[in-house]
Formats: sequence, structure tokens, C-alpha cells
Amino acid sequence: MTQSRSTTRGITLATLWKDLRLEWRSKDAINSMLFFSLLVVVVFSFSFDPSAEESRQIAGGLIWVAFLFAAVVALNQTWARELRNQVLDAYRVSPAPPNSLFLAKVFGNFIFVIVLEALMTPLFIVFYRLRTIGPAWQLLLVAAVGTWALVVNGTFFAAMSIRTRSREIMLPLLLFPISIPAIVAMVQATTSILNGEGARFWIVLLVTYDLVFTTTCLLLFETVLSAE
Amino acid sequence: MKRAFPILGILTAILLSYALYLALVGAPTEQTMGDVQRIFYYHVPSAWTAFILFFANFGASVYYLIKRCPKADIVALVSAEVGVVFCTVVLVTGPIWARPVWGIWWTWDMRLTSTLVLWLIYVSYLFLRRFSSSGQTPLLAAALAVLGALCVPFVYFSIWFFRTQHPQPVMGGGGSIDPRMLHVLLINWLAFSCFAFLVCWSRYRLETLQREVDEAHAFRSLTDDPRSNR
Amino acid sequence: MTEQAPVVAVSNLIKQFGRFAALRGVTAEFAGGKLYAVLGDNGAGKTTLLRTLAGLNQPSSGQVTILGSRNFHDICHQVGYMAHPSLLYDEMSGSENLAYFSQLYGIPTRARAAEVIRSVGLDPDLARPVGQYSQGMRQRMSLARALLHDPRILLLDEPFSNVDLRSAGDMVRLLAGLRDQGKTIFVVTHQASLLDGTADEFIWMEAGKIIGRTPEFNANGPSVRLPEHRV
Repeated sequence: MTQSRSTTRGITLATLWKDLRLEWRSKDAINSMLFFSLLVVVVFSFSFDPSAEESRQIAGGLIWVAFLFAAVVALNQTWARELRNQVLDAYRVSPAPPNSLFLAKVFGNFIFVIVLEALMTPLFIVFYRLRTIGPAWQLLLVAAVGTWALVVNGTFFAAMSIRTRSREIMLPLLLFPISIPAIVAMVQATTSILNGEGARFWIVLLVTYDLVFTTTCLLLFETVLSAE
Repeated sequence: MKRAFPILGILTAILLSYALYLALVGAPTEQTMGDVQRIFYYHVPSAWTAFILFFANFGASVYYLIKRCPKADIVALVSAEVGVVFCTVVLVTGPIWARPVWGIWWTWDMRLTSTLVLWLIYVSYLFLRRFSSSGQTPLLAAALAVLGALCVPFVYFSIWFFRTQHPQPVMGGGGSIDPRMLHVLLINWLAFSCFAFLVCWSRYRLETLQREVDEAHAFRSLTDDPRSNR
Repeated sequence: MTEQAPVVAVSNLIKQFGRFAALRGVTAEFAGGKLYAVLGDNGAGKTTLLRTLAGLNQPSSGQVTILGSRNFHDICHQVGYMAHPSLLYDEMSGSENLAYFSQLYGIPTRARAAEVIRSVGLDPDLARPVGQYSQGMRQRMSLARALLHDPRILLLDEPFSNVDLRSAGDMVRLLAGLRDQGKTIFVVTHQASLLDGTADEFIWMEAGKIIGRTPEFNANGPSVRLPEHRV
């Protein structure tokens, strides 16, 4: 039993490392997504031009909508490399557990989206003259927990969309409704913290959401992966 | 079994007519809102019926994941479809009610908002069933249904807390309800439930027949000698 | 003389995709240590049969027994699969690809990967990404991936397609050598002449069924058809 657990961990790490290396090597996806994120921020700034006081009220929502767009673009290419030469078949035929593949992809997407967020946030702060009243470390916590919520479901639905027509539109179509409670929580938490109010309820909700959906996705992933 | 359907149909028609009468005429007029309030007798029972149907979808989906029983898959499909219809009724009657009373088309009322999110989740479920090109569509749909159902408590909690932070007008009477109104409400709910059951049953039979036709075609392609077609 | 249990046995295998029946009741047994060539027109069900053996398709009905087990995952260590797509990452070199797959199969060192790359006639130190390989090289690297974990059974779907004649000949010799080591090899191919003289048996498929099994290849079809398929 210990051997299988260490193998699972080993395979997850190996897959994650492989994905990060490939991403770094090609840089296609990274570059286009970074630029896309920048565009999103700029377009939003043209659309909403609030005063410093107003911006604290709406920035939470704006930032997370922008993050959501960037995340969807990132998530849509989660399985692209595996589909190109049917590598997914090679994975299915091997003894590697499907959950290692899933976790590796979720971690990879998480890192990817966090990088995008880290790039977009300073721009938002500058364009909206944002300053937070509450503690900034709580914002980081919300970002981490919220991003995980988007990414774990997104990776799962990206795998589901493989077996559908109109793959790229199916992912957001499936992801958005189920993510609504998490999005409400992220936005409200961010807005509360920016305005110096407590966000404990929202953070607890997000953490619970993450636990429930990560567990369920892990339980159901093998079913989805082996669908023809 | 075959005779039960028309009998139940007639009973439901009678019940619906009676419920309609009660709602429009029989029930006492509400003090503050007047006759507009009567839409409450469609708004609330539709919501309850939709929730029951979605719960049935969840149960059938879990059963399918465990047992892979095709009948469970049909129940899941049917309950999702009819549930979405009832959800749509809630989402349409809500604004119709809100506009004359509060002057706004939409309010982030607990029931209305959670119904909207449920509607979105189950419409996405129906889209998955429509767009899936996999042979295992029932499995994928069942997985999505489980995730969607698990989402429901989170929807409630997030909207509840959101409303405590941003108070909204409450639709449908927050406090106690007049017993006569409650009586009309329950009659309407019974009528709606019977109607929902009829529609589900009919759709279930339709889907079963469709699948039997597909299987017959498949069986024929299996046993046909293709050389005879050349 | 004791009869050895068949390495692969399928019983009344049916696979339907909606209304299309790709496999319409395939029943056969395959002994170990032989090279089988699976032939037939497009749509005969060859690829579907191979994918079902590889556990990538769930049969609509019927049984697949490989090495005595009905659950593919119990014996997946013993099966190697190769298809027309390369099943490799275009952006990595051959060695890097095989290093990754080594980890999937729990092979601890890189030595095995290097050895298997050499055995298919390629250079393990080649840093060129697989996406830039010629078709022949790509097929050979894909075969190396299938051989990596030293499986007892090989399932190869169109390994020679778009491959130059010399590379194809090399691959056939390699497969013959593997068969002589005791591996059981299934090759789906349209270029059956390549295996003439090497394959132990030619399996003829038509319209989702096996219609004949012959020890030699004849371009006109099986010289002897199975009783139910005699015209």
C-alpha cells in the first residue's frame, strides 16, 4: 500500500514537472495568455473609471471576473498536448492511476493561473488606485483558495469536454454555473477585505467548497477519463 | 398501468382547475399587495416541485453511478428536463410579481436567486447531454449531476450571507402565513406535483420507446449480413 | 502433451457505436509466442478489436480474457500498445518521452529506456524533439515506448503506415526477434505482404467478424474461410 501511495505521488510530481517544463519550453501558451491578461485589465479600465473610493467597492468583482476569463483560457488547453497524439491513450493503458494525472493537471493549472493573477494584480492596483484597508495577507489567502476552486472544477470539466462537440464552449458552460457560489464568495471576500471588514465566513465557505469538490472530482475522475 | 395514466390525467386536470379557482378566487386577498400577490400560488409550488425533481435527478444519478442501471439514467434525464421547466416558471413569475409590488424586475431574493443558479446548473446538464459525443453520456451526465447537487448547499449559504450583508426585499412573506393561504398553497402544490408526475411519466415512456427503437436498429445492424447489401 | 492456456481469448465480442456495430460477435483464442497479422478492409473492425484488447474500449457485450484475467488493469503491465498517432509528446526528445513513461510504469532507471531506443535502431542521445522526426523514426520511437516495460503482449495498430520500406523491414525483423523471445504480437496492417513469411498466422476480418485464419498470406483473401463465412 505504501508503495502505491508513493508511486501515485511520484507520478503526480513527474507529470507536473513534465508539464511545467513543456510549458516553459514552448512559451506559446504562456506568452499569449500573459498578453491576454494584460488586455483584459486594460479593457476593463476603459470600461470602468471609478474614483479611488468607488473602486474599493467594485474592484473585487472586476478583478475576479478578469481572473475568471484568464483562467478559462488557461483551462481550455489543459489537455491539448495529451490529445494531440493521443497520448491520453498511452496513459490509460499504463498502470498509472488516473488521479495522479488529474492532480498533476490541477496543480499545473493552479500555478499557471496564479502567475497570471500575479501579473494582473499590480496593473489593477495601478489603474484603479487601489489600496486595501484590511490585511493584505488575507487577500493572498482568498486568491489561493478561490483559484483552487476554479481550477479543480475547471480541470475536471475540461476532461469532460474532451468527449463533447464544441469543446471550447462546453468548458465555461459547465464551469460557470457550478462555480457561482465560489465566485460570490471570492468577490465578497475580496471586497470585504479591501474595505477593512471581516471575510471569515467567505473564506470558510471557500475552503469547504474546495474540500468537497476536490474530493468529489477525485472520486469521479477515473469515470470521466475512461469514457470513450 | 396503461389505464392509470388517463385516470390520473383526469384527476390532475380536476385538481389543477380547483387549485386555479382557489388561487384566483377562493384565497383571501392579501392586505398590502392586493391581487398581484396571487401569483405566489404559482411561484412557490413551482419552486418546490422543481427542487423535488432536482433531488430525484441527484438520486437517480447516484444510483446510475453505482449500478449503471439504464432506467435510472432515464429518470435522471426526465427529472432534469421537467425540473428546468418548473424552474423557468419560477423565474418568470418572480419578476412578474416583483415589478408591480416593488417597482423592480429582479431582486436577489433567496428563492429567486437560488432558483436561477439551479436553473443554470441544470440547463448546463441538459447541454452536456445534448453535446456529448461519447458512448458513455449517461456516466458523464451523472457525474455532472452529482457535482451540481453538491453545489446546492453552497448556493444557499452564499446567497443567505450575501443577503444579510446586503439586505434585499423579501418576496413571498417572510413571517407567518395565514392558514387559509397555506391551504391554497398546499392544494396548488399537490396539483403541480401531480402534473409534474404525469409529464415525467409521459416523457419517461417516450424516452424508453426511443431507446428501444435505437436498440432495435443496433441489433439489426448487428445481425444483418452486410455482404447482402453490396 | 499439455495444452497451454491461450494468452488472449475473446468470446462473442460485440462492440457498437450507436447504431453502427464495429464488432459483431468475435470469438477466438490466441496462443502465446506467436505473431498474428490482422487484416481486412477499412471498417472491418480491426482497430476496434485491438483497442478493446488494450482496454481502451468497453465491449458492448462479450468477454475479453488476457493472461487469464478479465480486468485489464490487473495485467496492464504485460501489454504494450501502439497506434497510428505516435502517443508521444512532440515537444520532448525521444529519451525524455521514454523517461516520463518509465516513471508511469515504475521503471526506476533510465538505462532501460536507452536500451530499448537502441533496440529499435535509434540514438538515445538524439536531442531533437519527436515532432521533428520523420515518420519512420516516429513509428520506431512509438514502438520503443510500447516495448519499454517489456510486455508479454504487443498490440500494434498500423505500425508500418507511411514508413519507408527499409524502416518497415527493420521493424519486421525486430518483431520477429521479439516473437522468438516468446512475446505474443498482434499487428493490424494494410501492408500484409511485409509480414509474409514472418507472421505465424493471418487473421482475416470482415464486417466486424473473423472470417478466416490462415498460416500464409494470399492477396485474394483467406484461402480457407471459417465455416459460417463460406460463400
